[in-house]
Amino acid sequence: MILAVLEAHEGSLKKISAELAAAARKAQALVGADGVALLLVGPDAAAAGAAAALDADLCLTVQGEAFSTYAAEAWALAVVEAAKEVSATVVLFGSTSFGRDLAPRVAGLLGAGLLADVGDLSLDGGHLLAERSIYSGKVLAQVASLSAVTVATVRPNAFAPAGSAAAAPCRALAVDVAPASVHCRVREVRRQAATRPELTEASVVVAGGRGLKEAENFHLVEELADLLGAAVGTTRATVDAGWRPHSEQIGQTGKNIAPALYINVGISGAVQHISGVLASRTIVSINRDAEAPIFKISDYGVVGDALEILPHLIEEVRRLS
Amino acid sequence: MQVVVLVKQVADTAARIKLADGKQDIDRQSASLIVNPYDEMAVEEALRIKEKHGATVWVVTLGGAKAEEALRTALAMGADEAARVTAGASDPLTAAKALAQAVREITADIVIAGRSAADDEQGQVGALVATLLGWPHVTEVTKLEFSGGAGVAEREVEGGVEVLEFSLPVVVTAQEGLNTPRYASLPGIMKAKRKEIRQIAVDAAVVGEPVLESRSLELPPPRGQGQILSGLEPAEAAKELVRILHEEAKLI
Repeated sequence: MILAVLEAHEGSLKKISAELAAAARKAQALVGADGVALLLVGPDAAAAGAAAALDADLCLTVQGEAFSTYAAEAWALAVVEAAKEVSATVVLFGSTSFGRDLAPRVAGLLGAGLLADVGDLSLDGGHLLAERSIYSGKVLAQVASLSAVTVATVRPNAFAPAGSAAAAPCRALAVDVAPASVHCRVREVRRQAATRPELTEASVVVAGGRGLKEAENFHLVEELADLLGAAVGTTRATVDAGWRPHSEQIGQTGKNIAPALYINVGISGAVQHISGVLASRTIVSINRDAEAPIFKISDYGVVGDALEILPHLIEEVRRLS
Repeated sequence: MQVVVLVKQVADTAARIKLADGKQDIDRQSASLIVNPYDEMAVEEALRIKEKHGATVWVVTLGGAKAEEALRTALAMGADEAARVTAGASDPLTAAKALAQAVREITADIVIAGRSAADDEQGQVGALVATLLGWPHVTEVTKLEFSGGAGVAEREVEGGVEVLEFSLPVVVTAQEGLNTPRYASLPGIMKAKRKEIRQIAVDAAVVGEPVLESRSLELPPPRGQGQILSGLEPAEAAKELVRILHEEAKLI
């Protein structure tokens, strides 16, 4: 089977979970596996009902004292047990902060190849083949997994989310973890009040750069983002200047995004920013400099002053609704 | 206490990247080589641990003789010892096995690596080394503190910050925001030039067979010429852009 390790928060599946179910169906067709199993570990198991409604054949949960808060050592054992239980040939994670932390541990335990941050999957000579963007988006690589079991982390927004289907059967799996074998555990998670979608998950992202001239003008970016139900992003320059938090930084030392629509204003397009947005389906740029590198990767654009255009843009978008 | 920092020499992705003949690799001859930026943060963090708690800071790389340049850069920043690991490693798992062997030989208490290498962006070697050693790991760390045989790390997650507690030995990987790496001092650079670099050869039997294989590299197709509006009044430009996005592209 194909095993997909889902993510949830407070009883609701995260967006990546439905994308993982879809990626798992694709992997199933490619390698000729006999089904798709979904796994929820620890507090995430509260979302088992929602997981069972995704297009899959089986839903597994692992719970217990060892899984009260995230601990990679314990979680990895749970995933390995689940993989054995369903004879998994492919184990999928989201390329999220959770998946990037846990997947290599699982791959290490299984001696499996880990295809990291996968944009698409195919098959080559019986081996699962991943398309990956490397060298800051300047190179597309095809990487094959040679091992009997393959682990992969799937880039958010790379697969269209799976629809719902007839409820898959759910089963709890008992996994014993000796407390002494866990040497690292989450003590607390400081949540930021989330009023907007998360940057890497959002279908629409609106970002502002130095062209906004001062931190106070970012309210225009936020206003446009909220009208579009978008996440807010920015550049390294504004983060370094202390205008915006690092959590909003898009690019090489920040986050890579792949939304359906990326709107940027006052961003010239430094190499390290462009690398993080190339996977966006449609890029719309507003910049006063017609020669700005951002226009070379833009599908639509306006040459003009961000601060002059934004209020009109907000007005026009508001008129649509 | 022994702190081992894993460093990798990578092609500077801010420079032009060309593919080598056969498209299996990039053209390394024409690439400008630097220390992976996240690894510089790892070196900086190790130096801070040394300054606060006392430690010997080792920098370890895997690769050919040219990779010693990366070690000398780290030595010039203030690292105490350096080792180059030679092994027939061609993917993250074999690299991790070779590096884990070096960590065992140095008997490290803390291993710090960058969160990922700027070239192949795998982001898995640090956690793989921890798994092979049977140690805990924390990836993408933005804050790190130690006291006694334990520590606390913070990492940014979607929608918040995770605070993790761990005991030593441990592997952590450095994320942007952890620190700002220092520049090498002139005496540091002079000293680094003369420093002997320990050579650690790891057996093929330890490294094993690769589990990943790069099949081909391509330069991504350039995005088509976009529709760029210019010379319009701000109000007109905004109206036309929204019309296009709404009526033609049907994106909003």
